[in-house]
Amino acid sequence: MKKAIRMDEKDNVATALVGLAAGDEVEVISSNREIIQRVTARDALPLGHKIALTNLPEGAVVTKYGAAIGKASKDISVGDYVHIHNVRSDRLPLTEHMLGLKYPGREKG
Amino acid sequence: MEFRGFERPNNLVGVRNTVLVMAVCDCGEPAARQMAGGIEGAVPVTQYHGCIAMETVPTLVGVAKNPNVAGTLLVAMGCEGLQPEPLGEEIAKAGKPVEVVNIQGVGSTRRAIAQGNRMVRDMADKAKKQQRKPCDLSRLVVGVKCGGSDTTSGIAANPAIGIMSDMLIDTGASVVMIEPIEAIGAEETLAARAVNEAAKQQILRWIGDEEKRWTVPGASVDFMCAGNIQGGLTTLEEKSLGAVHKSGHRAIKGVLRNREDDLETVPPGGGLYLQEGIHVELHAMTSMAAAGVHIIVFATGTGGSFGHAICPLVKVTGNPETWARMSEDMDVNASTIMEGKDSIESVGKRIFDEVVAVASGKLTTGEQLGFYNFAVWKRDPRLEALLGLR
Repeated sequence: MKKAIRMDEKDNVATALVGLAAGDEVEVISSNREIIQRVTARDALPLGHKIALTNLPEGAVVTKYGAAIGKASKDISVGDYVHIHNVRSDRLPLTEHMLGLKYPGREKG
Repeated sequence: MEFRGFERPNNLVGVRNTVLVMAVCDCGEPAARQMAGGIEGAVPVTQYHGCIAMETVPTLVGVAKNPNVAGTLLVAMGCEGLQPEPLGEEIAKAGKPVEVVNIQGVGSTRRAIAQGNRMVRDMADKAKKQQRKPCDLSRLVVGVKCGGSDTTSGIAANPAIGIMSDMLIDTGASVVMIEPIEAIGAEETLAARAVNEAAKQQILRWIGDEEKRWTVPGASVDFMCAGNIQGGLTTLEEKSLGAVHKSGHRAIKGVLRNREDDLETVPPGGGLYLQEGIHVELHAMTSMAAAGVHIIVFATGTGGSFGHAICPLVKVTGNPETWARMSEDMDVNASTIMEGKDSIESVGKRIFDEVVAVASGKLTTGEQLGFYNFAVWKRDPRLEALLGLR
């Protein structure tokens, strides 16, 4: 089964260890390689990109490495692709140019 | 736990027995290179900032004092603003041999090279007689650094190195992390790990000052780039947390000063320290060497085939393709984490074991190639003054 890794027990996102397709069953492992949960990917996303482990309403803190990495800029559901289209930084807002970037899984913008 | 190291004066211990042949500036570098030529354990270095770069003096002194160095030959053209004698006096405080060759003083470059060559051979012969002895692991100082980072760095190599950092600190050893630019966005997490209020203020200033240096109006740098976003990094916080992960989770005791007139070495007693300086790989490694770091653990996504003149480099990649392509240039494979075959903890333990083996004399991939890169970072005192950071 395809795997994603949750870096810290406080995290509400996991990082894909391989590219995922929409509908994929994903095994989420801890840094100790224990299986924590299974999620169904709702979107395609590449290796190194993130998938939601819980529902995150707009404004909710997104946590990775046990720390806040930003806030949900729109409602996020379990299994959703989590990236710049639905998370914003509290530290450094992205420029329009950066926000308009095409990235794997979001070729259509 | 123990490793086998070389006892030095002042209760220090080294993991290498290098004879440093240091041209105080680039004019004397070709001569220094020939003086070291063909002598096992002799490594030629210089700083490439010219002969009045007094800002480099604390670094040059620091690397010569590093316990991996058995003795130093200083090579000067003779007319430098940066004179070798005061440098030699400072280095001599470490209780190790220091000699000077002055090319203009000798009056012939060929004779100066012959003289320097004899001095280096003599120092190397004496150094060779020293035997490694068991030393408690708490005396080891390890630096952590990343470069050529990619998507795997924040998932595999850096977190595994973080486990190694925790293990080292738990045995009483010391760990140093430089590169404050990488910490911009991870202020809260690092400050929360400060051992006391003074250390917390040092950490916040360490990051805040660096942000000012890179956001000068008209010469500002983007902290997030297109490659970060395409690799899966969503925010600056995420990027920085992934980078500083290699420092592990233990308390931060403080920030080591690294200035043009003041370079602080790692105090005895173990623990985790940050250091002022730049993130550029070799410059950062030399700064850490000057602070007394023995070995540097280097996380890389893209790979890289360099070494460092003073500190053996333990190179760790988390990228399975890099491992497949460049395994002969890598020291530890962390890419099994990406393949779901290994836990971060188990790879962290492997890095720890490799560091202990290298401390006892195992040659790193860079050393096997005979690569001894060296570069000295020079702080710009004018920028510091203009930004009010002095």
